[in-house]
Amino acid sequence: MTSSRRKSAYLSGLYDGSPFILVIVPFATLFGVLATEAGLNVLEALAFSVVVIAGAAQFTALQLMVEDAPTVIVLISALAVNLRMAMYSASLTPYIGAAPLWQRAICAYVTVDQSYVVGITKFERAPEMTVPQRVAYFIGAVTPVVPLWYAFTFVGALIGTRVPESWALDFAIPICFLAMIAPMFRTAAHVVAALVAVVVALLAAGVPYSLGLIVAGVAGMMAGAQTELWLERRGAAA
Amino acid sequence: MSDIDSATLWIVIVGLGVGSFALRFIFIGLVGDRAMPAWLLRHLRYTAVAILPALVAPQVIWPAATDGAFDIPRAAAAAVAFGVGLVTKNVILAIAGGAITLYGLLYLLG
Repeated sequence: MTSSRRKSAYLSGLYDGSPFILVIVPFATLFGVLATEAGLNVLEALAFSVVVIAGAAQFTALQLMVEDAPTVIVLISALAVNLRMAMYSASLTPYIGAAPLWQRAICAYVTVDQSYVVGITKFERAPEMTVPQRVAYFIGAVTPVVPLWYAFTFVGALIGTRVPESWALDFAIPICFLAMIAPMFRTAAHVVAALVAVVVALLAAGVPYSLGLIVAGVAGMMAGAQTELWLERRGAAA
Repeated sequence: MSDIDSATLWIVIVGLGVGSFALRFIFIGLVGDRAMPAWLLRHLRYTAVAILPALVAPQVIWPAATDGAFDIPRAAAAAVAFGVGLVTKNVILAIAGGAITLYGLLYLLG
């Protein structure tokens, strides 16, 4: 019984994560191609994707290394791009923090933008899920993403030629995220959080090392939390 | 070809790997099932709706592919993907709408 429910949670995560196949394949290929152009061999490009498993941070590190930036700056910048992963980790903790440590370690390794957005959407909508079901669902959601991330980094490193810019693949990721964010706007507080985050992100676009993103994210979260409190107080008074 | 020094490369790969895992593990792994304060949970509820739009907004307004120049096909595709998502709550339809808008306008205006 339990294992069959866990299996169906895994399959439903797999289904919900599958649209990202369209994004991950070109994105991973592009990383492999650019890594090769920067002078990495196939093994090094693949190791980069397996060990780091974070697209934007990998592109940042690669770019800075090509520009001969000091190693410390490369590390700090790429980790700053990944700071949002700590926020994802915190946000997932109430849902899967009770799982065994080894499962939490695996979940941590596969926490990326895609698995986070799919996972958190489901967990918020289905509070009745058990912790094992949530873990199974989360692993399901990332199954179409992570192996393809490795495989197509490898393919890209083998091809080593540029993907035509006319394919406009740069925009696959924004479209996918916008499509997934939209159904999350359930209360006025969610809308306020997003609006504040967007405005601050645009104002802070010039802040170095992607720290503007973190500032914008925190500002949005504070705005959402304050709106929620305000709505609660008004509801209590009425 | 600007060859990156192999030692530097591996320091970056391993350093980034360890650092990225630490960022992802810090709460899930170390906090575990200990209760977190209500004010923190209240903020964390808005992580997704704050961070993801903040990640996307600059790419919509200043796309890297056009060297930061505002681009009508990309902006329209973003608006359609978001709009269809809001109305239908269907992610696949929203992605399809955004993709059709992007390629349609790139073809018409290109």
